[in-house]
Amino acid sequence: MDVTLRIRRYNPEADEAPHWETYTVPAEPTDRVLDLLHQVKWYQDGTLTFRRSCAHGVCGSDAMLINGRNRLACEYLVKDAGSTITVEAIRGMEIVKDLLVDMEPFWDSFKQVMPYLVNDDMPEDGKERRQLPADRDRYEDTSRCILCAACTTSCPVFWADQSYVGPAAIVNAHRFIVDTRDTAKQERLEIMADPDGVWRCRTTFNCVEACPRDIKITRAILEVTQEIGKAGIR
Amino acid sequence: MTLATLGRAAIPPTRVHEMDAVVVGAGGAGLYAALELKQELGPEARIGVISKLYPSRSHTGAAQGGVCAALGNTEEDHWEWHWFDTVKGGDYLVDQDAAEVMCRDAVETIINLEHLGLPFDRTPDGLINQRRFGGHTRNYGEGPVRRSCFSADRTGHSILQTLYQQCIRRDVAFFDEYQVLDLALPDGPGGRAAGVIALQLATTELHAFRARAVLFATGGYGKVFKVTSNAHTLTGDGMAIPYRRGLPLEDMEFFQFHPTGMYKLGFLLSEAMRGEGGFLVNDSGERFMERYAPTMKDLASRDVISRSIYLEVAAGRGIGGKDYVHLDVRHLGAEVLDKKLPDMSGFIRTYFGLEPLTDLVPIQPTAHYAMGGIPTDIDGRVLADEKGALVPGFYAAGEVACVSVHGANRLGTNSLLDILVFGRRAGKRMAADLADLPEPAVDAEAEATAAATVSGLLAGTDGERPAVIRAELQEVMFSKCGVYRTDRLLVECRDAVADLRARARHLKVDDRGCRYNTDLGEAIELGYLIDCAEATVESALARRESRGGHAREDYPNRDDAGWLKHTFASRGPKSGIMSLRYKPVTITKFEPKARTY
Repeated sequence: MDVTLRIRRYNPEADEAPHWETYTVPAEPTDRVLDLLHQVKWYQDGTLTFRRSCAHGVCGSDAMLINGRNRLACEYLVKDAGSTITVEAIRGMEIVKDLLVDMEPFWDSFKQVMPYLVNDDMPEDGKERRQLPADRDRYEDTSRCILCAACTTSCPVFWADQSYVGPAAIVNAHRFIVDTRDTAKQERLEIMADPDGVWRCRTTFNCVEACPRDIKITRAILEVTQEIGKAGIR
Repeated sequence: MTLATLGRAAIPPTRVHEMDAVVVGAGGAGLYAALELKQELGPEARIGVISKLYPSRSHTGAAQGGVCAALGNTEEDHWEWHWFDTVKGGDYLVDQDAAEVMCRDAVETIINLEHLGLPFDRTPDGLINQRRFGGHTRNYGEGPVRRSCFSADRTGHSILQTLYQQCIRRDVAFFDEYQVLDLALPDGPGGRAAGVIALQLATTELHAFRARAVLFATGGYGKVFKVTSNAHTLTGDGMAIPYRRGLPLEDMEFFQFHPTGMYKLGFLLSEAMRGEGGFLVNDSGERFMERYAPTMKDLASRDVISRSIYLEVAAGRGIGGKDYVHLDVRHLGAEVLDKKLPDMSGFIRTYFGLEPLTDLVPIQPTAHYAMGGIPTDIDGRVLADEKGALVPGFYAAGEVACVSVHGANRLGTNSLLDILVFGRRAGKRMAADLADLPEPAVDAEAEATAAATVSGLLAGTDGERPAVIRAELQEVMFSKCGVYRTDRLLVECRDAVADLRARARHLKVDDRGCRYNTDLGEAIELGYLIDCAEATVESALARRESRGGHAREDYPNRDDAGWLKHTFASRGPKSGIMSLRYKPVTITKFEPKARTY
C-alpha cells in the first residue's frame, strides 16, 4: 500500500516560515512511522531532518507530534496511524530544523532538579546499601523515564510559559525524592516548591496520555506536593 | 547554541578545545571512565565527553536482562565459576588473564554502582537480587546459578541513567551531538594519540579536541548487517578511525547472532522468554532444537541456536518456506508474560499486532554483538600490534574494544559487565597516566583531511545515495558473512565490499546546509561501515575453522592446533594493502576442551 505522509517542514537557513510537504511512500501495515520518515530521507529527500537511534522505543530520540498527539515515531505503526499521516515537531520548543527541536531548555530543566543520588556515606562493610523491596518500589515507575520530552511538550502550562520546569523534570525529581538512600531530599523539595516548580501543574493529564512509557506522571506530581507539605516547605 | 550563518555551505574554521582527557562515546563505558577521571583528578580536571547522541540515547540503554557478578546474595557463588563460564562460552578464545580481572572486579564494580544510585531489584532482606541467566553455572558447569543482578527488565537503561546522572553531578563537560571524524596522531603512524577531530552536527563546524589522553567508547557496528538488534547509530565509527590510520582490529570475524530477533525488525526478544519455558518450532510445528542440542535444547548457547535456525531454513523448514521460524510462548500463561516479561510481551503486541498468549511469534537470528574491536590490555590501553606495543595516550573500552574477554562468543550479560569493569579501569588508568603523557600537539594533516572529507561530501553531485549503497552492504554482509560462511561466500562478499567501497567514493548528499546536516552524517557513517565490513570479511576468510560466532560450513570443526589465536587485521593507510597477523591466546587456568551444552 501507499501512505501519504504530510510533514511540517522548516529549515530556518532556507525557509521564511514552516510549511507542509506531502510525500507518498510505499508501506506495510506493520511499518513504523519512523520507517516512513526514513523512506523519505533515504530515497526522496535527504534534507528531511529528525533525530532517532534505537528504533524500538527505549532511547527516547524520536518524540514527534503525529496525527495530533505526541508519540515516538518508532512505536507508532501504519496500521494504527492510517493511510494519511501528519507529522510535526513537538510543541513549545524552538524548531531547529524540520522535526528536530532545540532540546537545551529541556536538559536545563532536567539538570535543575539535581537528578542524581546524593549520599556520600559508604556502608562500613563495603557492601551495598540495603533497601527493602517496598522502598525500592516507590520509585520504580519514575525511574523508567527515557527523557523523550513527549510529556513536557504536551503540557499547556509549558506551552504558555517555558520557565515552568515541566512534568519530565518533576518525574526525575520524584525518582530521587522518594529514594530512601538519598540525602538531598530537602534541597530537591525546595527546588520543586519554587514558583516555576511543581505548583504550576494544572492536572490536564496531557502528559500521562503522551508518555510512551505509561508513567503515572500526575501521581508522581501529587506525591511531590505531598512531600513538600510533609517537609513543611511553604 | 551557535548556528551557522544563513545559507552558508562551506566549512567554518576549526574550533579548538584544550582538555586533559577526552572520551568519545557516552554509553556505559565512556560515562564510567569520565566519572572515574573526575573522581580521581578532582573538579578542576577538564574532562570532555563527545557523543553523536545525547548521552541518555546511547545503546547501553537497550540492554534488558542483567549484569553478572558473583555476589552470592541468593545462593553460593564464586567469581572463579563466573570466570570458567566466560572462558567456555567464548569457545576458549578468551584471554584468561583478562576474563579473570573482569569476573573478579565485577563484584566491587556492581557494589559501586549501587552506591551511585542504581535501582537494582532487591531481595526480601534488601540486598541486590540475583537471577539465573543462560550459560552461567555453579561449580564449573554443574547447573544454573543465580548470578545476574538486574533492574526489572531494563538493566541497561538503569545503568545508563545512573552513570549519566553522576556525570552531571560531577560536572563532566558534555559535547552532545558531535560526530567524531579522526584521531589526532601528531607524531604520525605508530606515535601517540593527542585528541580527536569532530563535527558539530548542529552547525557543521569542525572542532579539534586536544588532550593528553583519548578514550574511544563508541560501541559496535551492527548496522553493517541487514537484520540487527543494533541502533541506527551503531556504525563502527570508533573502529574504523584507528583502522584507517593503520592500527589493527582484533578478532573481527567473531560476530554474535542472537537467535531470537523479531522477524525483519531485528531487535531482541530476550533470552528470558526461553528461560521461562518458551521454545522454537519450524514450519511443521516441530521443536527442532531437540535434534541439535538434546540436553540444553532451547537454552543452548546463542551461536548454537542461531546456526540451528539457519539449517532449518536452508532445509526448507522455515515458516511457509521463508527465512524465519516461530517462538512459542503461548503456554507460559498471562501471569508470566505480563509480570515477568512485560516489555517483551509489549514488543510483540506493538510491533507484530500479535497476542503472545494465543499467537506464534516470528523470529530470526539477528546481528547483535561484535566480540572483536580495537585491541587493548586490561586497563584499556590500545595495542599498536600483536606483539604488545602500546599507542601512548590512546585507550578503548566497551564493545568497540577487544580485551579479549568474550573470545569467539560472548556470554549473555557479560557485555554490560565489560563496559562497566573496563570503562572504569580505563578511566583510572588514564587518570594515573596523565602526568606522564606529553602535552597535546596538533595533527594538522588529520584536521585538513577531515575538512577536505566534509567539503568533498558536501560538493558531490553525481554520485549515488548513501542509503542505496548501505542497503546493498547490509544485504551482502548478512547473506554472505552471516551465521554460516564458506570460502565461496566470503570471496564473493569481499569482492562486493570492494566494489561498494569504490562506488562510495561518489556520494550524493542532498543536504548542503550547515544546520543539523544528518544527511552528511549518514554519508560519513557509511564510510565507517565499509571499513568495518572489510576487516570482518578479510579476517573471516582467513580463519579456516569454526569457533563460537564464526561458523564455516567448509571447515566445520574447531582447530586448536592451527587457530587457537587472535586475528590482528590492519590496512596500510597509504598502500591499502591488508595484512593479517596473529597473537597467541593467553591460557592461565582452563585448558581448552570440547564445548557441549
